[in-house]
Amino acid sequence: MKGFRWAYARDLRLAWRHPGESLLVVVFFAIVASLFPLGVGAEPQVLARIGPGVIWVCALLAALLSLPSMLFADYLDGSLEQMALSPYPMASWLAGKVAAHWTVTGLPLTLLSPLLGLEYGLETDTEAVLAAGLLLGTPMLSLLGAACSALTLGARGAGTLLALLALPLFVPVLIFGAGAAEAQASGLSPQAALSLLGAGLIFAGLAVPPAACEAIRIALD
Amino acid sequence: MSALEVRGLACARGDVRLFRDVSFAAVPGEWIALTGANGSGKTTLLRCVAGLVRPEAGELLWDGRPAHARDAPLRERAIFVGHAPGVKDDLTAGENLRDALTLRGVVCGANAMDEALAHVGLSTRRRLAARRLSAGQRRRIALARLWLDPAPVWLLDEPLAALDAGGEKLFTALLERHLARGGLAIIATHHALVPGADREVRLGS
Repeated sequence: MKGFRWAYARDLRLAWRHPGESLLVVVFFAIVASLFPLGVGAEPQVLARIGPGVIWVCALLAALLSLPSMLFADYLDGSLEQMALSPYPMASWLAGKVAAHWTVTGLPLTLLSPLLGLEYGLETDTEAVLAAGLLLGTPMLSLLGAACSALTLGARGAGTLLALLALPLFVPVLIFGAGAAEAQASGLSPQAALSLLGAGLIFAGLAVPPAACEAIRIALD
Repeated sequence: MSALEVRGLACARGDVRLFRDVSFAAVPGEWIALTGANGSGKTTLLRCVAGLVRPEAGELLWDGRPAHARDAPLRERAIFVGHAPGVKDDLTAGENLRDALTLRGVVCGANAMDEALAHVGLSTRRRLAARRLSAGQRRRIALARLWLDPAPVWLLDEPLAALDAGGEKLFTALLERHLARGGLAIIATHHALVPGADREVRLGS
């Protein structure tokens, strides 16, 4: 727990020193999601139909944009090996880093999504389901992203590799996240999709940290 | 009294065998100089002892018992400072020092930290973001860490790199204090340090 607290507080402090970096991700999310109505045209039915999916895809891309900063900077300046050598279990501080990453990217995206839903003319309850889906899905993106960025540490062309590795893993999150909101929009129950997202989050929370820890150990070896 | 022993250590990097059959023992109050040409594996050996690199063969003994690098107790006793000192550019010298110490589980008062920073000559710069510090001054943050951390084992990789004459003197004093307290150190270095090495391990010969 100490390791978690340490990493969480430190990464938030670092993000706060450089608000631009995390703000950039949120602004990117908002701008890309706002481009679609301009490109597709302002037909309310079409917009309401594509809205949840587009917002989810934008959230995936925004999450991807923020991934390289999670571990790579620490790897370069030697902080990562200091963390690996600390008496705290690796999974604890890694979980702290993932939580901090989610707080500065996933959480603002979730909070912003109802506002973007307005652009697409989504119903209030669809917006609520969309936000609930993002609330469950974005931590999963941070977790999966952590494992992928741990795997690409020290690789050449790490940024592109990271995108190739992470995006396919994000697909189930996208399907169930957007599926929940679409089910709600078409009058069906979003519960199944949301439950699957929740189950996925629990599974990722248990399975990803050990895998990411091993990847970090290999990268430092 | 605790001693660190390395037995028959061998390491390879890709296809290149760096060293094999390296054995030495360090007892409290002594320091071991790790020397050798560039690329002879000094850093790898240190990282091996620290537990970052898995050796091909050989073992590490602590007090005569095999020690696994992942053991938390061993980690609490050893401090490793590598090429990159792990200083965050966006944080101040004081914050960097506090973070590094908390990460090792060392609890330190603000006064003690200010004192350590003053001791290494950073008292006027302690509120400056580390990106504005020179390479030598960043190294001095690591020295302040050594000053405050009670870890009995130091594993240092070229600790004098980028330090000026004053910094070298400071490091020598720190090392003497550490040894007098019953600490031990393994230091990869090209410099001749004043408390002469009790033993020299030469790699690549």
